[in-house]
Order: sequence, then C-alpha cells, then structure tokens
Amino acid sequence: MEDKKLTKKDINSMFVRSWFLLGSFNFERMQSIGFCVTLIPAIKRLYSKKEDQKEALKRHLEFFNTQPFISAPIMGVTAAMEEQKANGQPIDNATISGVKVGLMGPLAGVGDPIYWGTLRPVLAALGASIALTGSIVGPLLFFLLFNVCRLATKWYGLKYGYEKGTEIVSDMSGNRLRKLTESASILGLFVMGALVSKWTSINVPLVVSKYTGADGKEVITTVQMILDQLMPGLLPLLLTFLCMKLLKKKVNAIALIFALFAVGIIGYALGVLA
Amino acid sequence: MSTFEIVMVAIVAAICGMGSVLDEGQTHRPLIACTLIGLVLGDIKTGIILGGTLELMALGWMNVGASMAPDAALASVVSTILVIVGHQSIGAGIAVAIPIAAAGQVLTIFVRTITVFFQHLADKYAESSNFRGIELCHFIALLLQGLRVALPAVLVAVAAETGLVTSLLNSIPEVVTRGLQIAGGFIVVVGYAMVINMMSARYLMPFFFLGFVVAAFTGINLVGFGIVGAVLAILYIQLNPKYNAQSAAVEEIDEL
Repeated sequence: MEDKKLTKKDINSMFVRSWFLLGSFNFERMQSIGFCVTLIPAIKRLYSKKEDQKEALKRHLEFFNTQPFISAPIMGVTAAMEEQKANGQPIDNATISGVKVGLMGPLAGVGDPIYWGTLRPVLAALGASIALTGSIVGPLLFFLLFNVCRLATKWYGLKYGYEKGTEIVSDMSGNRLRKLTESASILGLFVMGALVSKWTSINVPLVVSKYTGADGKEVITTVQMILDQLMPGLLPLLLTFLCMKLLKKKVNAIALIFALFAVGIIGYALGVLA
Repeated sequence: MSTFEIVMVAIVAAICGMGSVLDEGQTHRPLIACTLIGLVLGDIKTGIILGGTLELMALGWMNVGASMAPDAALASVVSTILVIVGHQSIGAGIAVAIPIAAAGQVLTIFVRTITVFFQHLADKYAESSNFRGIELCHFIALLLQGLRVALPAVLVAVAAETGLVTSLLNSIPEVVTRGLQIAGGFIVVVGYAMVINMMSARYLMPFFFLGFVVAAFTGINLVGFGIVGAVLAILYIQLNPKYNAQSAAVEEIDEL
C-alpha cells in the first residue's frame, strides 16, 4: 500500500487557515475550533474512512491555547504525527494530544514575550512616533514590518514543525529556545527602559523659588527643574514601578488607567501638574 | 454622512473587530484602525495622529493566555468617528477612548461566551465528520466578533452627525478634558508596566535601567535602541556561563 502523504497544496491551505486560529475563541476550549479547522486539509487527505475522520476531528476539538504565531510549528508537528498514524504507525490519541498540550505551554512562554512583549511594542512605538507627525509612513511601517515577521514565523514554523515531526519535542529540552526567550527579554527591557524615559511626560510646574536675577530677569525654579537636574524621567520611572507593583497585586489595568486619569484631573485642578 | 460612508465605516469597523480577536494582522491596533477610519471619512491625517497617540497608550494591551486586553478596536474606531464626524479635538478623542475600551471589553467577554455555543455545535458536527459544518461554526463566530465593533460604530457615526454626541461631549468641563490630556502623557506607564511584568525576569532588570539611563542622557532614537539592545542580548548569551558549560566541556575533551 502506498504511503499517504500531505501535498504542498495541503500545507499551503493549512498555512492560510492558521491565520484564523483565534476566530472562534471561546472561554471553554479557547482556540480549539480554529486548530481543528487548520488541520482539516490534512485530515481530509490522510483519512478516507468516515470513522477515522470523526476520530481525528474530535481529537483536534480538544482544548488548545497558545500564542497564535507560535502555533504554526505545533500544527506542523501534529500534521506529521497524523501522517504517521494514517500510515499505520502505533500512535494513539493520547500521544498526539500530549504533544499538542506539551508544546502549547512552553511555546506560548517563548512566543508571548517575543511577539507581544518585544516585537509589537517596539514596532508600534516606532510607527506611533512617526504617526504623531501625521505621516502615513508610521502606520504603514508598523503594518508591513509586523506582518512580514508574522507570516515568516507562521510559514517557516509550519514547515519546520512538519519536517521535524516528533523530533521537535526533544529539541525543546535544548538551550535554543531559552536563549531565544532570554535575548528577546533583554532587548525588550532595554527598549522599554528607553521608552519610560523618553515617551512619558510628567510636568510638575510648582514653583520652589522665585527671585530677580542680576540682569533684572525673574529666575523661577520649579519642582520639575530640580527633578530634571537630578535625573530626567525620574517620575515616570517611579510611576512605572508603582504600576508594576499594583498589577502584580492583581489590580485591574483598566482600574489603574482610570486612577491615573483621576490623578491627571485632580493634579491639574490643584496646579500640581501641567 | 452618505450611505456609502456609513457602509464603509461598517466594513472597516468589522475588519478591526475581527482583527481584535484574531490578533494576526493587527488591524485592531489604534495605529491601523484609526488610520483606516480616517481614510474612509476623508481625513486620514487626523486618523493617523489620533492613532499614534492612542497606540502609545495601548502599547501594553495584549491578550496573553486567557487574559483579555481592553478593546482597542472599538475604542479606536469610535473615537476617530467622534473626532472627525463630531468635530472634536484629539484630546477629547483620547478622553473617550478609555471608557469605550472598557465597554468594548465587556462586549468581547459577551461574544466569547456566546461562542461556547458554537463549540458544542462543532462537537456535534464532528460526530458526523461534517467538515463544512465545523468551518461554518468557526467563521460565523468570527463574523460575530466583527459585528461587535461594526454595530456600535454605525450607531455612533449616525448619532455624531446629529450633534447629539457633540453637545454631550461639549458639556464636559475644561478641568476634565485638560486633566485627561495631561494624564494621557503618563498613562503609557501602565502599558510599560504590563510588558515588563510579563517578561518578569528580575535578573535581567539591569538592562531596563541601562536603557532608561542611556535614553535620559542621550538623543539616540528608537532604531538605535533596537540595535544596541540586540547587541547587548547577543553579548549576554555569548558570555553567559550557563550557556557555555557544554562547549567548555567539549574544549576540555579536545585538550585531552
């Protein structure tokens, strides 16, 4: 009997379907339908018996949730395992589910800091800084750069996962993923430090001293001037730490934003902030 | 507003709404969503500037795991409509964006709960190996997420033109709008704090302080920071003993 094998067309179709992974996200099984829909071209190719198709569909309607771009290698590995199974390898449901579940956590742990923690904030901040001048280059730059990175991750991730098959699982124990995660965190933190200093504005115009200088001009010293001499961006830094602490104590981000709005309004009314 | 404009607003809003659940093409980010709505309403420049401002505020808004970010899509679309059609200042646009994002979050929770129904429908289709049925469940759920933003957007667009929304917004006292604008200058720190917390590697915090100090005393731009940060990351990985243990062992064997 001839071996069943996914065609290039199947892989392409899975690639496009994977863009909609989160489409039916729900609180019960999260990305489950999206994962199943992505695997459908493979299931159709590999299983001809209705009973086998049913089993495969049910297998991939189980709970699934990971970072959407990093899901591609998992889909690739899963497809490779389904292929082996369809060709009579002794792979049972639990093995396939185990690999999926085993990969989705650690890979989300790599993908979240890389894509949501580093790539998007950095590109978005870059795009936004250009957009503030009213230039279309800002949004375009963000959209193009981000999507090139996204599509490249998904395409090569899917191919890599499929080609590597189950090997990827042993690869995970190596240092490679940890190195990648750590590098991304370093880059992210470094840029974040710069953003805190450069892109936040707090101005405390409270006057500390006021006297007429030798040239007859009035010299005014404000709280902000003293703070700036000490360390530019000191207040934003402290405020960032306060927010980190509160967020860690499970204070809702929206509540925090509202509180800061209140600080802005009250501060302006009292003349402490401008 | 012409019927054509309203239809276009609905379509763009739906794309942004779908983008906010998919998290793929980033059409839900203020930078993109505000620009697109600005384009449709014939004032792309205002859209871009508002988008840039809101984007900085929303920098740390992300869906990680099962947690949900405030709804940037609805906030961007509605505030851009208010600024352009309702003739509001960008400051007023920023001011209304946050409450709308919070309201949008509630709507998102609502739709993500409704989709549980499709999950069970999909289970049923799987029993009869009905591929098309499962696909339909998936894409109808996606469509609902689009409507989640499109319907409120059209409502606001129609109301904004009658002046109803405008007079409502004009009644806000100056202390509030000015105070909100000031807060807009530092509200970003919440986003930064979320991002830093997520990376939550205390031993890497020196890199954060390094970035902060370098930015405070130099004029390097963000691209420069990206390059310096990447160089630091590579150096750290290369020099870190915990990654070099293996190669050191190989060298020892070579020496023998």
